[in-house]
Amino acid sequence: MTISISRILSATALVVGLSLPFGAAYALDGTLTIVTSYPPDTTTAFQKAFEKKYPGVKVEMLKKKTTAGIKYIQETVANNKSDMFWASAPDAFEVLKGDNLLSKYKVKVQGIPEKVGAFPINDPDGYYKGFAASGYGIMWNTRYLKAKKLPPAKEWADLKKPIYHGHVGMSAPSRSGTTHLTVETLIQGMGWDKGWAEWKEIAGNFNTITERSFGVPDGVNSGQFGLGIVIDFFGLSSQASGFPVEYVYPTVTTLVPANIAIVKNAPNQAAAEAFIEFLLSTEGQELLLDPKIRRLPVNPATYAKAPEGFPNPFKDSSIGAAVKFDLDLSKGRYNVVNSLFDVMITYRIDELRAAVKAVQDAKAKMAGKSNEAAAKLIAEAEALIAAMPVSEAKASEPDFAKIFKKKRKKATTKITGRQAEVEAEWDAQVTANYAKAVELANKAASML
Amino acid sequence: MSFIAKSQRGPVGIGVLIALFLALFLLVPVVKVIYVAFQEAGTGAFTLINFVDFFRSALFRESFYNSLYVSGMSVVVASLIALPLAYFTTRFNFAGAVIIQTLGIIPLIMPPFVGAVAMKLLFGSNGSLNLLLDEWFGLNLPIMEGLNGVIFVQSIHYFPFILINLSAALNNIDRSMEESAQNLGSHGFRMFRRVVFPLAMPGYIAGAALVFIKVFDDLGTPLLLDVNKMLAPQAYLRISSIGISDPMGYVISVILIAFSLLSLYVSLLAMKGKDYATVQKGGGGLSKRDLRPWEKIGCYAVVLFILAIVLSPHLGLVLLSFGTIWSYAVLPDGYTIAHYFKVVGEASQFITNTLLYAGLAATLDVILGTAIAYIVYRTGIPGRKWLDYGATVSLAVPGVVLGIGYLRSFYNVNVPFINEPLATWWVIIVIALTIRRLPYALRACIAAIQQVSVMLEEAAENLGATKSHTVRRIVVPLMSGGILAGFVTSFATASVELSATLMLVSQESDAPLAYGIYEFMQSASGRGPGAALGMIAVIIVGLGTYVSHKIIERTDRRRVAARPVAEEVTA
Repeated sequence: MTISISRILSATALVVGLSLPFGAAYALDGTLTIVTSYPPDTTTAFQKAFEKKYPGVKVEMLKKKTTAGIKYIQETVANNKSDMFWASAPDAFEVLKGDNLLSKYKVKVQGIPEKVGAFPINDPDGYYKGFAASGYGIMWNTRYLKAKKLPPAKEWADLKKPIYHGHVGMSAPSRSGTTHLTVETLIQGMGWDKGWAEWKEIAGNFNTITERSFGVPDGVNSGQFGLGIVIDFFGLSSQASGFPVEYVYPTVTTLVPANIAIVKNAPNQAAAEAFIEFLLSTEGQELLLDPKIRRLPVNPATYAKAPEGFPNPFKDSSIGAAVKFDLDLSKGRYNVVNSLFDVMITYRIDELRAAVKAVQDAKAKMAGKSNEAAAKLIAEAEALIAAMPVSEAKASEPDFAKIFKKKRKKATTKITGRQAEVEAEWDAQVTANYAKAVELANKAASML
Repeated sequence: MSFIAKSQRGPVGIGVLIALFLALFLLVPVVKVIYVAFQEAGTGAFTLINFVDFFRSALFRESFYNSLYVSGMSVVVASLIALPLAYFTTRFNFAGAVIIQTLGIIPLIMPPFVGAVAMKLLFGSNGSLNLLLDEWFGLNLPIMEGLNGVIFVQSIHYFPFILINLSAALNNIDRSMEESAQNLGSHGFRMFRRVVFPLAMPGYIAGAALVFIKVFDDLGTPLLLDVNKMLAPQAYLRISSIGISDPMGYVISVILIAFSLLSLYVSLLAMKGKDYATVQKGGGGLSKRDLRPWEKIGCYAVVLFILAIVLSPHLGLVLLSFGTIWSYAVLPDGYTIAHYFKVVGEASQFITNTLLYAGLAATLDVILGTAIAYIVYRTGIPGRKWLDYGATVSLAVPGVVLGIGYLRSFYNVNVPFINEPLATWWVIIVIALTIRRLPYALRACIAAIQQVSVMLEEAAENLGATKSHTVRRIVVPLMSGGILAGFVTSFATASVELSATLMLVSQESDAPLAYGIYEFMQSASGRGPGAALGMIAVIIVGLGTYVSHKIIERTDRRRVAARPVAEEVTA
């Protein structure tokens, strides 16, 4: 209560102070309809500040989850009533851009750099603009870890440790664009086979794979599981809301911009442009520092006002700089990666957990002993878990990737193979491998 | 023959209108979305290969089996909960029977997201119960894990379908049937088993079929418990993934629809060839007897135990809405009323919208339900059963599919005078809710009409009443219990529906409560306010239910009082 009032007051004071000299220069009016996936904490702050600055404009925030928002804009194109699309995942904007549903815009605000970390802030083609950066990391519930006598995990590799078995939560890349980027980042950072092996080992410790990306912070906040792989603002804002949680950026992470774009044929183009300018201006960017919003501004000047300890990716080069993120590579195999993750991990989590657990147990038994035959069996089991049904080269082959993208541009486009068919094949391989891995690991354990 | 044709002119007209309504707002939009299931991905030609893929895939076969298992078990568990409640409250003079009947409906009003969070905080592997068990006995019960969790939540969520329909059916049995049985020497539990329960069978089957189909098609609960190896979540996950448009999502939707029809058909077969109607009406339902003191204690113990379990999610919700921080602890750290203050400003708009939408939708549902029930069971119109099937199909249509279908079908249809696309007008939300909740009302109405003997109508007509007069003065009043049961289930569930609503809300001023809850549940600080909104929803719908029970009780009493001799029967 008190926080929200003081927030509104301070935001208002800020805006009034800054906008007086310009206020009269614009004569905008009408309704500005923004389709957004953001929670009220974020939307209300920006809505109030913007309406204060442009009293003639009424902002309508139409809240839809990202996937529903995309469908809404796609289905309503014939009689478009939405002015802007405002969400996190760049790939959501890529989908809209691909369908020719966004319009180009050139930002007037000065001082926004080209890149944050290794990721370009704006769409190179000029359709959507980054307004804040976010990175993936690990959050944990301090009470939970204390009760279970576990240390916090600070690096992705820590999450593989047997002590965390059954204590980790994450969303699936097919459910959340930002999760996808985390998965892709690690794969690009470590290479296809090693990266996937790493993910499977981590996933072997999963308690849950949540359906919504917000399910992860929710699970950590309530103590349903102890550690979660989440985007930074989920961790930081949970902490700011009073939950006993902490958050850390691992070394290998990537910073991704959260974006905004003007919808093609926007009914209120002028107000939409003003909103982008406002969002990127110092006043708009400072709203992001609010403890309940907690996103990293893309305008470096804003960090002067940031509270102590607030991460600054433009100063602290350790955040999000370890991986040179290859956007084209990611785009080319986007759906293949999602599908692989679902087939190997999401839908076979029980089998994977059992396999990883068996290996962990065998290794624990092995500790301090030397038994070559058993060691060989364990290595075989690990290799079986890690085995990939497709190679990196195949995953990026345009003809192969097409199987997973069913939206045919032209009726003449010919695609051979069906996603369900390919997935069923992978599934058969993967489940057989996991079962065999359990068998080998158990055999190794019995020899020790 | 010509006589029948003439008398059926009215029903035929109404039947055609209903069929048109269903075609326009259910069939066309859904077909516009799911036709992809029959398309060859590469060429767009017609094919059945996608269905072959479905049955070839081990994952889908497992999902299918899991869905079947969970639905079956949910019916069993829900029956175990509902039977004692229905039996005690309709057979005995039981103080607070109305309250039990009302509280028994509250579980249907499980607000989206917050309900699941509350359940996990109470029963999850690190929830209150398990934290306590662990401290005391070093135990951990996997209540919320995997399929068990789904069965547990679904049973306590949907058992009211059985309770409501069974109670309505029990109340509809005339005490003269019971008296005849007693005269012939039957009594006690044997009489209940052999005479009373069989007579109430249509109500039980209606409820059980609803639970089965609903659980089979429901995706909300499995998703919130992060169980994805079931059919409905598989369909949803594939339909709503960013960028991927795998036809399997639609294939699964088609299979869900087909299977729901099959289950419905089986439930109808189960009742075929039996007559549940009783001619005697006006006795005011089954006789109720007073309990002996020790029986009373036993009954109360059972009822309280059941209520404690089924109302626990709402207890969790109360704690969540008043709690400050609740994390890995038996109870919240502290209590506050700030969450209610935070939502009170926005709540009134949400509440008005919810009452308006759910009220209109439930009213339309019982009107349509009664009409369809009448046409199916009282006329000889060819193809009349398809009205029933058609209306029931909507149980199996995922909300997102209906939402997308509406946007696709009605975005270019402008509403005259308002000059707004039909798809963004608030009325479309009411229509979506009507379609989605119609099966609930319909099952209740059908159970009710099966218990009304056609002889009563014939008698009225012999005395010179017209067909429409008979329907209004004889059929509908005799069905009133079932109609009310239908209204309550439709209303209660419509008021917390989210999946189609989320697609269709086009401005915040049109949004219902569920949307408000969804909004709050997107951020860490929104959990308390979301729960507070959820509580408001529960209280409002609960009050509505209580009032409707009071009304029906009063009309019942008036009916009983009108009887010349009020016998007291003690078994």
